[in-house]
Amino acid sequence: MVSAQSGTGSHPRHAPAKANIIPMAHLLQRVAEDRDKQAFAELFENFAPRIKAYMIRQGADPTTAEELAQETLLTVWRKAALYSETKGSATTWIFTIARNLRIDRLRREVPWQALPEGHHEEAADDPAPDEAVSERERRERVHAVLAELPADQHEVVILSFIDGLSHSEIAEHLDIPLGTVKSRMRLAYQKIRESVEDLR
Amino acid sequence: MKNIKHHPDTSTLMSYAAGGLTEPLGAVVAAHLDLCRHCMDELHIMELIGSTLLERIDPTPVSEHAKTDCSSHHHRRAGTAHPEHPSSKQHSVLHKIIGGRLDDIQWKRLGYGLWHHPIALSPNCKGDLRLLKVAPGLAMPAHSHGGAELTQIIHGRYTDEFGSYSPGDLSDLGDDVEHRPVSDPIEGCICLIASDRRARFKDLLPRLLQPLTGF
Repeated sequence: MVSAQSGTGSHPRHAPAKANIIPMAHLLQRVAEDRDKQAFAELFENFAPRIKAYMIRQGADPTTAEELAQETLLTVWRKAALYSETKGSATTWIFTIARNLRIDRLRREVPWQALPEGHHEEAADDPAPDEAVSERERRERVHAVLAELPADQHEVVILSFIDGLSHSEIAEHLDIPLGTVKSRMRLAYQKIRESVEDLR
Repeated sequence: MKNIKHHPDTSTLMSYAAGGLTEPLGAVVAAHLDLCRHCMDELHIMELIGSTLLERIDPTPVSEHAKTDCSSHHHRRAGTAHPEHPSSKQHSVLHKIIGGRLDDIQWKRLGYGLWHHPIALSPNCKGDLRLLKVAPGLAMPAHSHGGAELTQIIHGRYTDEFGSYSPGDLSDLGDDVEHRPVSDPIEGCICLIASDRRARFKDLLPRLLQPLTGF
């Protein structure tokens, strides 16, 4: 397994400037509304190498990981109209597609996790500008909290979200009780939740 | 649904958001989320963790032909297929899990006042998922779950040391917590139960039936 610390945001040089410059939501909107192939190519450029890396961390061989990255992006192309109904972030939506694909293909189980399809929202209009701002703000705060987490909490979050281990597998891997894994998860989440509380 | 009092533990939802729960446990959490706006809001924050980490992962270069492949694939499709559009929500998650309506379930009798309906899981999947129907006023012997186990109340009610569980409530007891559930004296109880262990229910059954069968 790759070290739990690598590939995460603790080193600013790893944080791609591009992800911050091109608003992914706008690209996705162009794909949804205009079937804009140039916008899709840019989404592919940004996300496919990251999803490939994610799938490798989740245990896929490089060929499978690349296929799953392609398939994730094709799903994005196909379902872009569903995204436009949500007010969430584009990256989160793409993360949920990749996560579900990984459950389906790598674990061969049914992913009961629904993709956010906006059915909880009252209106299907585009996000109002202040909502788009608060969404970006939320993401920045989550990133900041993750970077500041105590090492033991950071480690279990990475092992779960990026390396795809269950909580019992994490307990076994780190040789700590399952209850400790769970309490670290709760503590980590508490901080993240507090950081975005006023933006809800 | 309002008045939901019992929710999955934060760590259970975190694992669900990361995609780390097994299929049966994931199904029960999904059935709860379908009714619980509160947990759905928490889940969306948890998913932000995944997306923030995905955004900052060290990328692995993708081959040129994957790119061409992908774009030719969707160009090919673009001409013919229409993109998927949001559809109105047709069925509840529970309906999808049990593959039909609750009223149409063919219950199998387990013993006095106890029926079940096992739900098929993916072939390689560990664990157990089933509906359990308990007659009104039935007291179960004290038992612990000895592993991850989630129970979502579908109909009726039961009460144990931790409170009263009504439709929409989810019981997420810790590993070795013992409880003695008693079903509602009038309505009984129907719940969806998931466990990480395949043999779990078989192990538990003799104990659940103990006072009724006398061994």
